[in-house]
Amino acid sequence: MTALSTEALAPSRLRRGATRTGARILLDTAFSALLFVGTIVGVIALATLIWTIIDDGWARLAGDPVAFLSSYVSRLPARAGIRAALVGSAWLMVLTALFCFPVGVGAAVYLEEFAPRNRVTTFVEANIANLAGVPSVVYGLLGLGIFARFLRMGPSLLAGALTLAVMSLPVIIVAARESIRAVPDGIRLGAYALGATRWQTVRRQVLPAALPGTLTGTILALSRAIGETAPLLVIGLPIVIFTLPNDVRDPVSALPLLIFDWTSRPQPAFAEAAAAASIVLLALLLAMNAVAIFLRNRYTIRW
Amino acid sequence: MSDINRRTARTGERVIINGLFVCAVLSVAVTVGIVAVLLVDTVQFFRHSSLVEFLTGTVWAPGQGAGEDGRYGVLPLLNGTLMIGIGSIVVGLPLGLLTAIYLSEYANPRVRGVLKPTLEILAGIPTVMVGYFALQFITPSLLRPIFGDERVFIFNAAAGSIAVGLMILPIIASISEDAMRAVPSSLREAAFGLGASRRQVSLRVVVPAALSGISASVILAFSRAVGETMAVTIAAGNSPKVTWNYFESIQTLTASIAQTVQGEVAAGTVRYDALFALGMTLFLITLIMNLISAAIVRRFRQEYS
Repeated sequence: MTALSTEALAPSRLRRGATRTGARILLDTAFSALLFVGTIVGVIALATLIWTIIDDGWARLAGDPVAFLSSYVSRLPARAGIRAALVGSAWLMVLTALFCFPVGVGAAVYLEEFAPRNRVTTFVEANIANLAGVPSVVYGLLGLGIFARFLRMGPSLLAGALTLAVMSLPVIIVAARESIRAVPDGIRLGAYALGATRWQTVRRQVLPAALPGTLTGTILALSRAIGETAPLLVIGLPIVIFTLPNDVRDPVSALPLLIFDWTSRPQPAFAEAAAAASIVLLALLLAMNAVAIFLRNRYTIRW
Repeated sequence: MSDINRRTARTGERVIINGLFVCAVLSVAVTVGIVAVLLVDTVQFFRHSSLVEFLTGTVWAPGQGAGEDGRYGVLPLLNGTLMIGIGSIVVGLPLGLLTAIYLSEYANPRVRGVLKPTLEILAGIPTVMVGYFALQFITPSLLRPIFGDERVFIFNAAAGSIAVGLMILPIIASISEDAMRAVPSSLREAAFGLGASRRQVSLRVVVPAALSGISASVILAFSRAVGETMAVTIAAGNSPKVTWNYFESIQTLTASIAQTVQGEVAAGTVRYDALFALGMTLFLITLIMNLISAAIVRRFRQEYS
């Protein structure tokens, strides 16, 4: 609106303003292009990673999927299969869930519903936050020192599952707390008004309402645990094994361990086998994530 | 609250509540367990090897037998760890920050709805697969064609850094985006009202206002990079040395632990105890980083409350 008067007063200034506006538009466009490119690089990297694995491993997996899934490991890459590792990973996942789900939910319920606001609670909360940042290889050292050596479990299914459970615990506690917190207070107050005790309220109202979110978080934590290599490597779970576990004290292998072992071998045929095993692991993780998303979308109550 | 509890809880319920308390305290037991395990064998280790040699020695050559023939200077491993930490931040920070600005300030809800889950998938890829990708793709198909076969080792710190950089990208992007979205829209509207463009609002208002959250994300990401094991073990090599050449093979703290446990290490040997001294070093570095990051986040939350 002042364009006319400005032009009259100082035309040279306006012209400089005009070129600055032009430069600004150019900069703005360049910046949004840069943002888009920067964002898309991450997506391209993910796509390349998945494509590389599928491209390298598909022929090996699709060639004879039954033999690949049902054979034990072998010195000959063409004969090697993932049977022991696949069964081991499944058992590890089941036992890990069994150990860490009740404890994690219990801790979350205590902290959200019963914990008094005092120093002990603050300390426990800070402690859980710090545990979430401990590197997985350090959890492996914990498993090696306490479960495998001190409690004499050795490199067994039990030691592996306990190690993964301890590692997943902080993640599950955080997820369970979030879904418990999302249950509105009106539900609790309503239950109290009907004469329910605090535990009855938690047991019959809060927990059922918080269950879908908690399960989703637990499945995501388990899918993280099942892809972990370092803790299992440190406690010494075997890779070359020709038996399936009959007992929790038996040794087991795991898919990520096998993938690591095959990746480290110089023969290209083992790299193909590693990629094929990675496809199986990816499919497993994808299935778990799909279940988690399904639970979240289907059962989460919106208040 | 606790008054109601005391008056109305039945005896059986009090038992249950005490059980829940035990669950919560178990997490403290885990911490105590970690510190105890690391401490016992670390102390054992320093009975055979001097702390001064550990902290200042430039040779990491663990002994093979039960004797004390090994040399245990941690500097080469710290050097390797630092290379991966810095290298991965150089890769992950610009990409993560650009992603965060794009998601928070530019993207429409539909694009966000696609990009955020995609980043979550990237964060969920098992690290052993990222290692495979680094060894089978990043080095042979990216680094070697650009920089030459004779300069780039098969195992090299650059491939490890890029791999770990991709892993920490989602961490930086998601925490920074949260910090940017927490900036009140009144600040943006005021800037738009003064005639600022979207770029100026992003770079001069939102990013400075979210700077503490962004720095917290970077420190946390660095801590993750330091603790990352499999990708660097597979792609960055197992040659502990003091160097800054990213095309050479190096070894990190974590990779050294992974390498040691792959051989049969008898309990009670210096080499076995050295594992825990390395674990303790790693635990302390990541703990300090995480505490700093958490302290920054706590301060940043108060800013707009």
